[in-house]
Amino acid sequence: MNTEELQQIAAGGQEERDKFDYEVNVCMGTSCLSQHSDRIRDAIAKEAEACGKKCQVRRTGCMGPCAAGPMILVEPAGKLYGHVREGDAKDIVEALGGEPVARLDPELGSYFEGQNFVVLENVGHIDPEKIDEYIARGGYQALLKALTEMNPASVIEQISKSGLRGRGGGGYPTGLKWDTVAKVKGAQKYVICNGDEGDPGAFMDRSVLESDPQRVIEGMAIAAYAIGASKGYIYVRAEYPLAVQRLTMALREARRRGFLGNSICETQFNFDIDIRLGAGAFVCGEETALIASIEGKRGTPRPRPPYPAVSGLWADPTLINNVETFANVPPIIRHGGEWFSSMGTARSKGTKVFALTGKIQRTGLVEVPMGMTLRQIIFGIGGGVPDGRKFKAVQTGGPSGGCMPEEHLDLSISYDALISAGSMMGSGGMIVMDDTSCMVSVARFFMEFCMTESCGKCVPCRAGTVQMFELLTKITKGEATHRDLDRLTELCEVVGATSLCGLGQTAPNPVLSTLRYFKHEYLAHIDEKRCPAGVCELSPAAVEVHA
Amino acid sequence: MSAEPNVRTLTINGEEISARSDQSILEAAREHNVEIPTLCHLEGLSEVGACRLCLVEVKGARRLLPACVTQVAEGMEVTTHSPKIDRYRTMILEMYFAERNHVCSVCVANGNCELQDLSLKLGMTHVEIPYQYPQLPVDASHPRFTVDHNRCVLCTRCVRVCSEIEGANTWGVMGRGAQSLVITDLKQPWGDSETCTSCGKCVQVCPTGALFEKTSVGNKTRKHPEFLPYLRIMREGEQP
Repeated sequence: MNTEELQQIAAGGQEERDKFDYEVNVCMGTSCLSQHSDRIRDAIAKEAEACGKKCQVRRTGCMGPCAAGPMILVEPAGKLYGHVREGDAKDIVEALGGEPVARLDPELGSYFEGQNFVVLENVGHIDPEKIDEYIARGGYQALLKALTEMNPASVIEQISKSGLRGRGGGGYPTGLKWDTVAKVKGAQKYVICNGDEGDPGAFMDRSVLESDPQRVIEGMAIAAYAIGASKGYIYVRAEYPLAVQRLTMALREARRRGFLGNSICETQFNFDIDIRLGAGAFVCGEETALIASIEGKRGTPRPRPPYPAVSGLWADPTLINNVETFANVPPIIRHGGEWFSSMGTARSKGTKVFALTGKIQRTGLVEVPMGMTLRQIIFGIGGGVPDGRKFKAVQTGGPSGGCMPEEHLDLSISYDALISAGSMMGSGGMIVMDDTSCMVSVARFFMEFCMTESCGKCVPCRAGTVQMFELLTKITKGEATHRDLDRLTELCEVVGATSLCGLGQTAPNPVLSTLRYFKHEYLAHIDEKRCPAGVCELSPAAVEVHA
Repeated sequence: MSAEPNVRTLTINGEEISARSDQSILEAAREHNVEIPTLCHLEGLSEVGACRLCLVEVKGARRLLPACVTQVAEGMEVTTHSPKIDRYRTMILEMYFAERNHVCSVCVANGNCELQDLSLKLGMTHVEIPYQYPQLPVDASHPRFTVDHNRCVLCTRCVRVCSEIEGANTWGVMGRGAQSLVITDLKQPWGDSETCTSCGKCVQVCPTGALFEKTSVGNKTRKHPEFLPYLRIMREGEQP
């Protein structure tokens, strides 16, 4: 593969597109597919054929506004339709080239205002199972550029310059990580893509893998070239069957086009990728547990150091990054590190994909530049809290993160700002809660999650989460005392300070953050034996004693 | 050992000591008679860093570090005991006692139990957090040994000795979180295990009364894990 061939494929794709007057892009991400968007696509294709319009009906990945699904994007008009049903096919086809169908307007308001698509630049425009459509939109130019015009050091330099930080939650500088693995000596090195997204309410990585799998593969190949690896693994949850299916297809296509395998793009560079399926353990998102799982061992973390960069998969130097991190790599190489670092804040560059869920008008996948405020995301893009209810808190970072109250709504999104507010960036789940949510119950929910997902290796996490969960249960039942609250706080400190891996170390965060901002709710359960949100079922005995 | 290991100088609790560069903080400390409590660690077995009792403060480190897997470094300043660390250790011990059914008075290991010794050493007089009282099985199907999961602390010494020293790989861990259990083979009864060689090493290394010989009566079970380092020397000609 060389530049001319790449351009030829791209031109071929364009020629193919030019044959049609219209494009109807039907979202076939997991969310829309669950509402039978595949049948809608077939119905539209049939209608188009029947009426003789030159119309290309394409399957695409998630377009973002999942709440308005199934979604359809009509080009060249750029018109979005929402809540489409099979019976709407005729009207949609008839409206091509004329007035759009008014009743299918998704009413997205300011959903796209302020969003900036880098990772999601192709969604809605390409078929995730066709590599040539990815190439037609500039795909694999970055890999070709890296292999033919850049040496590994200059690739790493661009990544460092971009200021990209790990999108899995930790926020470790990606360039520094690559540089470390590149400098460690080793005959065999590995690149691992962490797709074990497990935070409740998070679906960013799933969407990226389902909508644009080639982008992740290209990012991994560039990383492999930069650090000198010849073998890669994508570790993806078995609970994401569509992502696995599209990835499998994408890997085969990439091999067919010669972007994986031996002598890639007629250079000395060899690289191939295998898929490994997670068996449903949250802890396998922790890098050392993930590596153990790939090795076929029990998925438990081990103490670091040594870090995977030095001793990772089969004790060889290993680079492990998140799906979204790799997805950011091709555009950085294409446009240069400076372009990327022009977006975002001083210490958090670029954009971040968030999965906006919970009590919010427009649930969906959004990509915003770092530095945008929570208010802009929740009330601008998300449309605020529905049913006239009052906003109460926003939870980020999954079970490792925390809940932030209304006074933090003007916080600019960045790794450091979220940590100082008692939460964290996490992988990008953003759960909005209104005044019908009880914050003690929320903390209890996340503690239950950590308790059942603890691997059981170290005692603070194994036994401490059980103790904390029981104390929180006691509080929600109105049976707790102030002594219990003190003990809960003490357990938070000990479990956080002494646990072996990130799961246990951050497990107290939902409790700590709700104690910080919503202590009055805890006290209402304890002192007044009532749940301010009316969620908790207090034990009658406790209430009686109090009365 | 190929090259002469380098010597490092560090301070432990303000005292300057020297150690080989390949030693852990724990090894260096014990060589200089500084006691750091441990439970999952056993000389002769690989380290897992799971019991979290050997956590120490290292100046400049963001978190507490497990002494068993942290290598010494030049100029390192280690604190093995402080009010905070002692409090954490006591609380961790309490969690151990509360998560299963440790009833010393009726245990075969009473008086010879590492968990009991630790609680005496660390001055843990009572358990403040609520006991869980899980319902756990006892497997006495093996002709010579019994496993009582009520007394297991999941240190995985049995798993490691079976894999690393005996090479039988009979023991493993199943389940996760508080539901974790050490198992023989694929959770067959121990007596039906086709891989178990009945060597009894797991019994000797078990720190509590979870694994015991059927011949042991009352609290007369002395265990002898000290065979491990010697076995290693004899096998590998390695200096302990």
